[in-house]
Amino acid sequence: MNISKEEVAKVANLARLELSEQEVIEITGQLDRILGYVAKLNEIDTTDVVPTTHALAIHNAFREDVVRPSLPQQEALANGPRQNGEAFVVPRII
Amino acid sequence: MDYPGLSIHALKDFLAAKKVTPLEVTEAVFARIDAVEEKIGAFITISREQALRRAEEAGKRLDRGEGGVLCGIPLAIKDVICTKGMRTTAGSKILEPFIPPYNATVIDKLEAAGAIIIGKLSMDEFAMGSANENCAYGVPKNPWNREYICGGSSGGSAAAVAADESFASLGSDTGGSIRQPASHCGIVGLKPTYGRVSRFGLLAYASSLDQIGPLAKDVRDCALLLGVISGYDPRDSTSVNQAVPDYQGALTDGLKGMTLGIPKEYFGEGLDPEVEAAVRGAVEKLQEAGATVRQVSLPHTAYGVAAYYIIAPAEASSNLARYDGVKYGMRDMDAETLMDMYKKTRSKGFGTEVKRRIIMGTYALSSGYYDAYYKKASQVRTLIVRDYQQAFAECDVLVSPVTPTPAWKIGEKSHDPLSMYLSDVLTIPANLAGIPGLSVPCGISRGGLPIGLQIQGAHFQEEKLLRVGFNLEQRLDMAGRKPDL
Repeated sequence: MNISKEEVAKVANLARLELSEQEVIEITGQLDRILGYVAKLNEIDTTDVVPTTHALAIHNAFREDVVRPSLPQQEALANGPRQNGEAFVVPRII
Repeated sequence: MDYPGLSIHALKDFLAAKKVTPLEVTEAVFARIDAVEEKIGAFITISREQALRRAEEAGKRLDRGEGGVLCGIPLAIKDVICTKGMRTTAGSKILEPFIPPYNATVIDKLEAAGAIIIGKLSMDEFAMGSANENCAYGVPKNPWNREYICGGSSGGSAAAVAADESFASLGSDTGGSIRQPASHCGIVGLKPTYGRVSRFGLLAYASSLDQIGPLAKDVRDCALLLGVISGYDPRDSTSVNQAVPDYQGALTDGLKGMTLGIPKEYFGEGLDPEVEAAVRGAVEKLQEAGATVRQVSLPHTAYGVAAYYIIAPAEASSNLARYDGVKYGMRDMDAETLMDMYKKTRSKGFGTEVKRRIIMGTYALSSGYYDAYYKKASQVRTLIVRDYQQAFAECDVLVSPVTPTPAWKIGEKSHDPLSMYLSDVLTIPANLAGIPGLSVPCGISRGGLPIGLQIQGAHFQEEKLLRVGFNLEQRLDMAGRKPDL
């Protein structure tokens, strides 16, 4: 096995997903096959190969730090499932 | 006159000659949608009233001798690109109520050129899929045979254009999501160079791979749209500040002096004989047009899928963390604690494939596995980039199939994620290297399903791709062939 049911359940919790027992079993089986397939990468010697994280050689993109118009508060809040006109409202934390 | 059946450049002649108005064209497109959409299911949202109003305004601009290069042309957009005031779902239940407060830069550019946005097109949820079967709002059908998939993830974008429900569309391509459905639906689709087109307002899937591009009825329309949407955008720090050439000017007859590379790894095991024959036939036509052909090798091609299915889910697991039920989209209102709200919202809002990729990505990035998976995949990505650099030292463009097979039946691969992933083997490498890729129709199978030719080039070599595609189109006369609906 490349991955266990317990690992899938643990990772699902980290990703803030709630899975049913049935989903855990299914996803474990599928990820096991996928991880078995991606192990193919180990056939290649990558010693001293620099990783590519970006397809073009662009480095830091700087701009002047000047104030510009941004989304008005009411428009920014408009899609909130629950809001009070000033802020998004969420279940009590403290 | 069958206006919805025309290309954009042909329609523009009718508009310029005042033989038809933008309002009449837009009404004709909606009549076409009314007639065929029930059979195809390409749209998630249709915006009729606003489109008709804007068509009237476009007519007035044309009367005054004003208007941009797309003035009065109705277009539909993949539902992953933000349209101000027009619902944008990414094919997901979690964004069912989302009304963007701003336009993506590409939408601003299309509208500045005079285009009329008529609606939003079906897609795999958050662009994750190869068959458009992972959509919370239904599965669109291939207009050539409605038992078959239209491809994914920009399936609606391809099906709508093939069915004459839109003159062209925009899609997004992270591992083949423009080129593959374009190929399966018999139209032209272009994934531009990473950085060529601004992604501001594109809902992110895998940010080091995603790119917006056009799907069109022919190469000329594709070139026209690319010219409109390209260019540097200060709001997208990955966009590149490089002049936008006259892409239509690149569509010249003849390919003398052009060298086509045939990557031998793209013609391996699993390639359908009919696809191979159509592609080899297309290469002969390109030789007749004056091109020289040589064999090249991209030895790490077979590792692209494995690298992609680590890198893309890893980036997705981070990008999709924003869907938490707080700022936009749906929320599970019964949850009592914050943690419960996150989990219930995400578990109810996301579909199975999205959950699978989030878990895969979170796992690949988790402590203890990072080097084995993410780092390893990023190193293999470097080797794929080097393969291309060597190939483009020997040739101008690479020509190959887009997909190993024509479209498959709806449902055939939906229970086997890995076999679905493997169907992307010929399109994924271009995303890993950030290079452009064009899909142009090159044949129809005995079963009546379209086959596409893929043309890849070095960074910012879109003109060469379009020129080769144009020459093929001129010699094959495929652009006039339509599905019978």
